[in-house]
Amino acid sequence: MDGFAKSIGGGGPNVPAGSHPAGGSQAAAGGGATQRTQYPYVTGTSVIALKYKDGVIMACDTGASYGSTLRYKSVERIKAVGKHSIIGASGEYSDFQEILRYLDELTLSDHMWDDGNSLGPKEIHNYLTRVMYNRRNKFDPLWNSLVIGGVKKGPKGDEKYLGMVNMIGTHFEENHVATGFGNHLAIPILRAEWHEDMTFEEAVKLVEKCLLVLLYRDRSSINKFQIAKITTEGSTIYPPYSLKTYWGFTHFENPAQGAVGSW
Amino acid sequence: MFRNQYDTDVTTWSPQGRLFQVEYAMEAVKQGSACVGLCSRTHAVLAAVNKPASELSSYQRKVFRVAEHAGVALAGLTADGRVLSRFLRNECINHSFVYEAPLPISRLALKLADKAQVCTQRSWKRPYGVGLLVAGLDESGAHLYYNCPSGNYFEYQAFAIGSRSQAAKTFLERRFQGYKDYTPEQLIKDALSAIKETLQGEKLSSSNCTVAIVGRKDDGTIEPFEMIGAARIQELIDSMEVAEEAPAEASSMQEEERGSEDAAAPMDI
Repeated sequence: MDGFAKSIGGGGPNVPAGSHPAGGSQAAAGGGATQRTQYPYVTGTSVIALKYKDGVIMACDTGASYGSTLRYKSVERIKAVGKHSIIGASGEYSDFQEILRYLDELTLSDHMWDDGNSLGPKEIHNYLTRVMYNRRNKFDPLWNSLVIGGVKKGPKGDEKYLGMVNMIGTHFEENHVATGFGNHLAIPILRAEWHEDMTFEEAVKLVEKCLLVLLYRDRSSINKFQIAKITTEGSTIYPPYSLKTYWGFTHFENPAQGAVGSW
Repeated sequence: MFRNQYDTDVTTWSPQGRLFQVEYAMEAVKQGSACVGLCSRTHAVLAAVNKPASELSSYQRKVFRVAEHAGVALAGLTADGRVLSRFLRNECINHSFVYEAPLPISRLALKLADKAQVCTQRSWKRPYGVGLLVAGLDESGAHLYYNCPSGNYFEYQAFAIGSRSQAAKTFLERRFQGYKDYTPEQLIKDALSAIKETLQGEKLSSSNCTVAIVGRKDDGTIEPFEMIGAARIQELIDSMEVAEEAPAEASSMQEEERGSEDAAAPMDI
């Protein structure tokens, strides 16, 4: 959904035709007493995540686009939350920063209770669902798709959790999730190749396969990725790295071969 | 006798540093009919004496379910208790709504204590005249808390409040060390025995006590807070009485068993 909010053709952000009915155009037409969020400006593209043997692995690129311009190339779109969770976001980056501030306040008040209880990924996911849904009902959404993953000790042992919530408040829990273009390009791969209790190495390989496809096919992705994992030991966000790409396909040589023209 | 000078309102200290209105509120708890609470690692039990206001009326409800994983038993001004139960239910529901998870029992007790403290520091309020035994589940297992009108709260393995609760406390003091590993049934029986101590002569039956239990089974599923039915309570009371009446027989039987163990076991021959 965030992918479609990008412009068609040149420069900064444009209002896409027939885009998400977040009440934007109506509010503007009324003479604009209060402006509501109508479209995002600086956006991150897909995030993908999956459960594996020890916990949850999450990955995304480190780019943030300004419309069709790849404006920022070292943006961290996955962050740790408390002791038990990590959150990744696509969509408007400033709204993600706002969400991180809310989660900071939550973690702080959790800490101040000083009673040994801590918020797990399920609680954070549901809290964010309430926030997102309530904002959408006020026609002032936080323009993000969020992925929350984590591991917490429950009564039945260590329980892995992975969920997604988007700007209209749709939320669910799954073994593997993706946002934006990842829904169309990565999910089919994950559905075919994910299985229960993958090792870390297997999980990274699968994630890299999806990231590579996104790199080839999503024009707002860049070749600089970060992988993060969360296990009972805690969260780790690995330093950014690049994937090797291959452009030597025969069809890429002499691309105008089948389309003779004056250009 | 001197304390009457400083007891007009709750915001007046006595020269000895006491708030008499708060202490008077704690007296109200002692006047209420008895309740006991016990907990093991996985289960918590609450029991209360049912005292009807008159022969014509039914008894006052003193045990309330607050959430699937928690409940309270109260002693003192039951009207205050009802209002506080509603507060506790509200807090649990609100937390569940936002976080899809049960409010940890330690936080519930803390919120209740903070609410009680407010009434000890406003000149236009009075302290709640009810003591609550809050029992429920947490990530770390089953817990029992006692919340006073003073705004203090304490965690207990077992406790009793209300009139003649000292007899129950003495009983529990002798036995609480083993409670961590008790089975739910053992907990219920001890709760009934403790209640029996407070009745002092009156016969314990399912019509003059209420028992409730909440816990978590070994596989992690929750046994929600619920009152135990009268028939089951009567069964347990009857089995306890049988055990009491046969201590002489039991000890002689034990000696016989020990004797036969000394002889060769059948499979060894």
